[in-house]
Amino acid sequence: MAIEIEKPGVGLSKVAVSETHGEDSPYFAGWKAYDENPYNESSNPSGVIQMGLAENQVSFDLLEKYLEEHSEASSWGKGAPGFRENALFQDYHGLKSFRQAMANFMEQIRGGRARFDPDRIVLTAGATAANELLTFILADPGDALLVPTPYYPGFDRDLRWRTGVKIVPIHCDSSNNFQVTPEAMEAAYRCAESMNLKVRGILITNPSNPLGATIQRTVLEQILDFATNKNIHLVSDEIYSGSTFSSSEFISIAEVLETRGYKDSERVHIVYSLSKDLGLPGFRVGTIYSYNDKVVTTARRMSSFTLISSQTQHLLACMLSNKEFSENYIKTNRERLTRRYDMIINGLKNAGIECLKGNAGLFCWMNLSPLLEEPTRESELALWKVILNEVRLNISPGSSCHCSEPGWFRVCFANMSEQTLEVALERIHKFMEQRRRRN
Amino acid sequence: MLSSRASCNSHGQDSPYFLGWQVYEKNPFDQAVNPTGIIQMGLAENQLSFDLVESWLRKNPDVMGLNKDGESVFRELALFQDYHGLPALKNELVEYMAKTRGNKVKFDPKNLVLAAGATSANETLIFCLVDPGQAILLPTPYYPGFDRDLKWRTGVEIVPVDCWSSNGFRITMSALADAYRRAQKLNLKVKGVLITNPSNPLGTTMTRDELNHLITFAIAKNIHIISDEVFSGTVFDSPGFISIIEAAMDPNLESPDLWNRIHIVYSLSKDLGLPGFRVGMIYSNNETVVSAATKMSSFGLVSSQTQYVLSNMLANKKFIGKYMKENQKRLKRKKEMLVSGLRKSGIECLKSNAGLFCWVDIRRLLCSDTFEAETKLWKTILWDVGLNISPGGSFHCSEPGWFRVCFANMSHATLQVALRRIKDFVQRWSYGGGIGNKISYQQNMSNLNRKLPSNWVRKLYSSEGDEQDIG
Repeated sequence: MAIEIEKPGVGLSKVAVSETHGEDSPYFAGWKAYDENPYNESSNPSGVIQMGLAENQVSFDLLEKYLEEHSEASSWGKGAPGFRENALFQDYHGLKSFRQAMANFMEQIRGGRARFDPDRIVLTAGATAANELLTFILADPGDALLVPTPYYPGFDRDLRWRTGVKIVPIHCDSSNNFQVTPEAMEAAYRCAESMNLKVRGILITNPSNPLGATIQRTVLEQILDFATNKNIHLVSDEIYSGSTFSSSEFISIAEVLETRGYKDSERVHIVYSLSKDLGLPGFRVGTIYSYNDKVVTTARRMSSFTLISSQTQHLLACMLSNKEFSENYIKTNRERLTRRYDMIINGLKNAGIECLKGNAGLFCWMNLSPLLEEPTRESELALWKVILNEVRLNISPGSSCHCSEPGWFRVCFANMSEQTLEVALERIHKFMEQRRRRN
Repeated sequence: MLSSRASCNSHGQDSPYFLGWQVYEKNPFDQAVNPTGIIQMGLAENQLSFDLVESWLRKNPDVMGLNKDGESVFRELALFQDYHGLPALKNELVEYMAKTRGNKVKFDPKNLVLAAGATSANETLIFCLVDPGQAILLPTPYYPGFDRDLKWRTGVEIVPVDCWSSNGFRITMSALADAYRRAQKLNLKVKGVLITNPSNPLGTTMTRDELNHLITFAIAKNIHIISDEVFSGTVFDSPGFISIIEAAMDPNLESPDLWNRIHIVYSLSKDLGLPGFRVGMIYSNNETVVSAATKMSSFGLVSSQTQYVLSNMLANKKFIGKYMKENQKRLKRKKEMLVSGLRKSGIECLKSNAGLFCWVDIRRLLCSDTFEAETKLWKTILWDVGLNISPGGSFHCSEPGWFRVCFANMSHATLQVALRRIKDFVQRWSYGGGIGNKISYQQNMSNLNRKLPSNWVRKLYSSEGDEQDIG
C-alpha cells in the first residue's frame, strides 16, 4: 500500500522552534505559579510571595515626587512645543542631552572615580538588547563567550538564541565565596578549546547576579589580564552598579582601566541600564559603553533595531540632568536597599539560614545545602518545589543560574513592601522550625 | 577582532540613500536662516498633521502626566515589561488597523506582537521564518533599509523580483517565477516573499490581481508572505487599500495552510508621524510565529510610557477618525502640488494614491541610460540644485532614471522653493544643449570634485563600497 506523504506545512526557522529561549527552566516556571496565585496582603494573604523577580520598588516615591514637580519632563512643556521634534527624533545617536545625563549618572554612581564620554554611549531598549547586540558584534555563530557561574538565567537567551553563540561556564564555588579565579578561567578556556570553540570574550556581571556581591579589585585585574593574554573581549554588565549598599565598595572595570591609563581598553565594553537602579524596567533604557571606536559605530547602527522611545529619552534626560535629584536618589536608594538587606539577612539568620556575604543588588544568595537529601540538582529542585508549593515563596534555584553546587537559592527582597517581607520571613521561620522538629 | 557581521557592509549605510542625508545635514535648508541650503526630500516622514496630535496632547495633560482617573499609574507602568504588551494598547491597535482597512477585516489582539518600530518587527519576522543562508524574494524597487533590516544580523539573502516601468512596476507571475529560478540557480532556498503595500518607493497600493498572484505563488512554492503595511494609513486616493489579509479571504484562494503563511508588519511611524516613539508590530495567525516573535520582542520592547500614552490617544475614536480624514486630505493636497509642479517642468510621476513620496521619472535628463548617469544626475541635483532626492538605484530599481521624492516632511512654502529650483534646473538643462551643455556639465562636475573631501570622491565614484566609515 502506498504511504501517504503529507506535504510539510510551511516551515519556520530553526531559531523559532529551538528551545534556546530558555523559557522552560524553573526560573520562569516559578513565576507562573506566582501568577496563578499571587500574594496580596488583604485579598489573598496565603498566596505565593514573589521573591524571584529582581525588581527595585523601594524608591518609587522619589521618582513620583520628581515627576509631580517637573511636569515638563513628561509633557515637553506647556502647549507641547518640543513635541514635534521629539516625535520625529529617531536618530540612532540618541538624544544628546540624554546621553550626557546618562554619562553623568554613571559617573555619580562610581563616586566620580571614572569618567564617561557621552559620545561613547550607545542606547538600546534595555540591557537585554545591549547584551545581545554586543554578542552579535563580538562573536560569530558557533563561537563562545566565557561566563562565570552562577549567572543570570536570561543570559542563555540573550547571548545565545538568535546569535548562535555558545556559553562556556567558568565554574565558581563556595570554597572562596564564588569568586572567579585564574585557574577557573583557564579551565573554561581549555574546555572551549577541547570542544573546538573559538572563545571571543568573557562576560562578567558586576555587582553579580545572583550573588549580590561586588567583584574585588584584584579579581577584576586578573580577569582583565586574562582577557588581554588571550586577546579576547571583556564585557562588564554593571546593571546593579547603583544598587551597592556602600558607595566605596563597588569597583567598576572603568576604574581599573583608568588606573592602567586605558591601556588595552579597546577590548572592554560596559553594559548598563536604568531598570534596576531606578526601578524602570518598563521604560526600556539600556546602554553600551565601549572603549572601542569600531564597536561604538557598529553598535550605534545596530541599535536601529532597538531604539529607546524618544519620549522616554526626553523624560529621563530631564530627570537625570537634575543633579539635586540624582544625588539624593542614589544616596537614599542605597540606604533603603541596605536596610532591606539587613532585614532579610537577620530574618534568615534567626531561622538558621546562612547567606553569602553580600554588598549589592536586589537579592541575597541563600545557602540551603544543609537541607538537601543529597547534594544533587534533583534534590535541590525537590526542595525548590516544596518551598514553592508548601511555603508558597517563589525563590530561584541555583541550578537555573547554572550553579555547580546544589542547594543555593537567589532570594529577592526589593520588589515588595516591608510588611510582605516580614510575612515571607515568618513563613521561612515556620518552615525551618517544622523541619527541625521533624529531624 | 570583531565578528564578521560587525566587519561587513550589510548595514548598507554607504548608499546614496544615506549619504544624501549626511550632505543635507551639513547644509540644511531653512527659509529664514539658510534659504540656499539643501531641501530634504529623501526622508519619508509625515509632518503634516502634528498640530492635531499636539492639540489632543494639550487637552489630555493627565495622560501625559501618567495619571488615570486622578491617580498616578507611574509605578505600574515603570514596572510593566511584559512582552505580551499593554492589553489596552493592543486592543486599540487592532481596532485602528481594522479601521484603516475599511473594517473589511478583523484582527485579534492575541495575534499581535509589539516591537520597537517596524525595523525591529521586520528583522524579528525574518529570524522566525528564515535560516541563515536562505533567501527571501523582494520586488524591486524596495526600501533601502531592507538590506540592513532583513539581512545584516540574520544572515539571510535577498533575491530581487524585477519590476518594470512598462507595466507601472506591477508584480507579475513571471517575475516571481523568474526570481525563484534565479534563487535556485544560486542554491538558495527561498522561504518567503516580502512585499510593501502600499509600496515604498512607488506610492501605489497593490491591485487585487497582484495580491492573488502572490498568494497563489506562495501556496505553490510553500513559502511565507510578509506584507509590510506601514503606509496603510497614508492612502489618500482611489483605488482603496486592499490588505493581504483581505485578499486572502477570497474563497478561490483557499488552502489548508494559508493563514499560517501570511504575516503583516505595521507601525505608527508613518501614519501618525511618530517615528521617535518606536511603535511597531507583527500580526500573524501562525501561533508558533506569534509565540517565538513574542519572546524575541524582549530585544526590542516598546516603552511602557509610550504604550500608555498611545493607548489613550487611539481610544479617543472621535479624535482618531478626525485625524485619519484630515491627514489623508493634507497628504493628497501636498502630493498633487508636487505632481502638478513637476509636470510644469515636463517631469512626470508614477500615478500614485498613497505614501509620503512620489516615484518620479527623470529618465529624459540622463545623459545615458545607465546607473552611472543616474548617480551623476543625483549628485548634480544634490549639490547644484540643492535637493536631496533618492536615486532609484539605491532602491535596487532595475531601470535607471527614477527617483523617490518625499513631500510630506515640509511646508507648502518649502515645496514651492523646491519646485522652483527644479524648474530652473530643467530649463538650464534643456537650453544647455549640445556642446554648451557638455561644458556646463563638466564645469558642474569639477565644482563637485572641489566640494567633496577626498574620501567622499573615492566612495561616491567607486563601483563597490569599501569599508571606510564616513562621518
